[in-house]
Amino acid sequence: MKKINAILDAFGSAVLLAIRAFASLPSAPRILKRMVEQAFFGGYASLPIISILSFFIGAVLALQAGISLREFGAKELIGTLVGESLVRELGPVMVSILLAGRVASAITAELASMKVYQEVDALVTMNIPPERFLVLPRLLAVLLYMPVLTIIGIVIGWLGGAVVCRYVGFISIEPEQYFQSMKHFLTVGKMIDGLVKSEIFGFCIILIACNTGLRTRGGPREIGFAVTRSVVFSLVTILVLDYFITRAQS
Amino acid sequence: MKKQIIHERTGSEKNPVGVEVANLSKNFGQQSVLRDVSLAIKPGEIFVIMGPSGSGKSVLLRQIAGLDLPTSGTVRIDSHDPAVPDTRDRFALALVFQAGALFNSLTVYDNLALYPLEHRLCDRNEIRSRVQRALKILSLENATRKYPSELSGGMKKRVAIARALVMEPQLLLYDEPTSELDPVMSATITEIIATLKNEFRVTSVVVSHDRDLALTIADRVAILMKGQLLFVGTPDELKQNRDPAIVDFMNPKIDLKNPRYLKLEAT
Repeated sequence: MKKINAILDAFGSAVLLAIRAFASLPSAPRILKRMVEQAFFGGYASLPIISILSFFIGAVLALQAGISLREFGAKELIGTLVGESLVRELGPVMVSILLAGRVASAITAELASMKVYQEVDALVTMNIPPERFLVLPRLLAVLLYMPVLTIIGIVIGWLGGAVVCRYVGFISIEPEQYFQSMKHFLTVGKMIDGLVKSEIFGFCIILIACNTGLRTRGGPREIGFAVTRSVVFSLVTILVLDYFITRAQS
Repeated sequence: MKKQIIHERTGSEKNPVGVEVANLSKNFGQQSVLRDVSLAIKPGEIFVIMGPSGSGKSVLLRQIAGLDLPTSGTVRIDSHDPAVPDTRDRFALALVFQAGALFNSLTVYDNLALYPLEHRLCDRNEIRSRVQRALKILSLENATRKYPSELSGGMKKRVAIARALVMEPQLLLYDEPTSELDPVMSATITEIIATLKNEFRVTSVVVSHDRDLALTIADRVAILMKGQLLFVGTPDELKQNRDPAIVDFMNPKIDLKNPRYLKLEAT
């Protein structure tokens, strides 16, 4: 019962945090610099790892599809399978998981240490709302860079699949054929579905990270616990939301 | 073109404010930290709160700053609740934290410039001159571009005071401003607190163990023990007070033959 109360409490405070942050939206021009910094850290600096991850996810997907589909003589459908899987599911989910591990953990650690070492209290006494100063730039930044990261991740995943199809002996599909089969089934609607998913995941991850950080009490040990809690909550949220959003989109 | 100056504060900006604490109690779980504390701090005075460690001084200061809500009782700054954001719009309030609470991701300059920049109190040139003046008063001119992690404990404390000066507050709260400082720097900080009273027409509430500070510059002193106020009065009245607990706190005797910890063990 205590755990359920704690989860409901955290959920309620996350919703309140988002409302308070967006209430200070009129002062967005004032936070532009911090928003750009956050977009750089969360978006641009995540590109190398997202590229590597997406390339190999696409490659493995093509390889597995190749192994299964060659038995049915349907190798030409590999492009469709890789394309759709990445656009609708793996692209948004993998980029979000990476965001939870790389960005959300860092945000929680930073905000939790600011809370523990009274920097957040200092902001409050200076009449600078932490929701405006610390939370809003991060939320706006993730809304900007998440679709871009997802698109880049998807495209690199496709390329990974294309490389496998071209150079793995038992598949041997030309890139033209691979992309033709992908193009045949992919629609703009499916692409938008994937981007909507990633936008929702990104927003929730950063909100959870900020909320967990700002709710931290105690000392350095609690900062570590907060980071763990934030990443675990984010991962669970991604997977639970994924199910419901997919149901809603299908 | 000179930027438009937006001042968010309303009302009488430069007047010092009074603080009224009525029947204030604060519990953390089962532990009672403040018990029925009542006091009135007059506008413009230096009010020093003293007491043994763990007596609730910093908790009282956080209540006055509006950072924590009381379990019962009220705190009012010129009749306004400090925990309400509107009150902070109305009055400039600064708190010098014991550990500084500087923003670690910002340089010393940016720490000081944050408040006027965020509240658009003046243009950048004016902010620069305000910051430089505060840094000069606290002998910190060489630390402008440093980050808090590059500063010593004493310097952090001075930067925290400089940050408060830039805010030009009407109510300035200090949490142990002279702890961890050498005697000369303690004296300097004490002088600064006294000077600010006249220069910025500020009400100062100082939590401190520093007897010299309290007896030299305080208009009034409060002694807080085990969450209760034992004494409120002028430094002269404090010196003449004969309450054994207060006498022992103000002038503790070091008795090597019969040390306190042995007496405590015996009881």
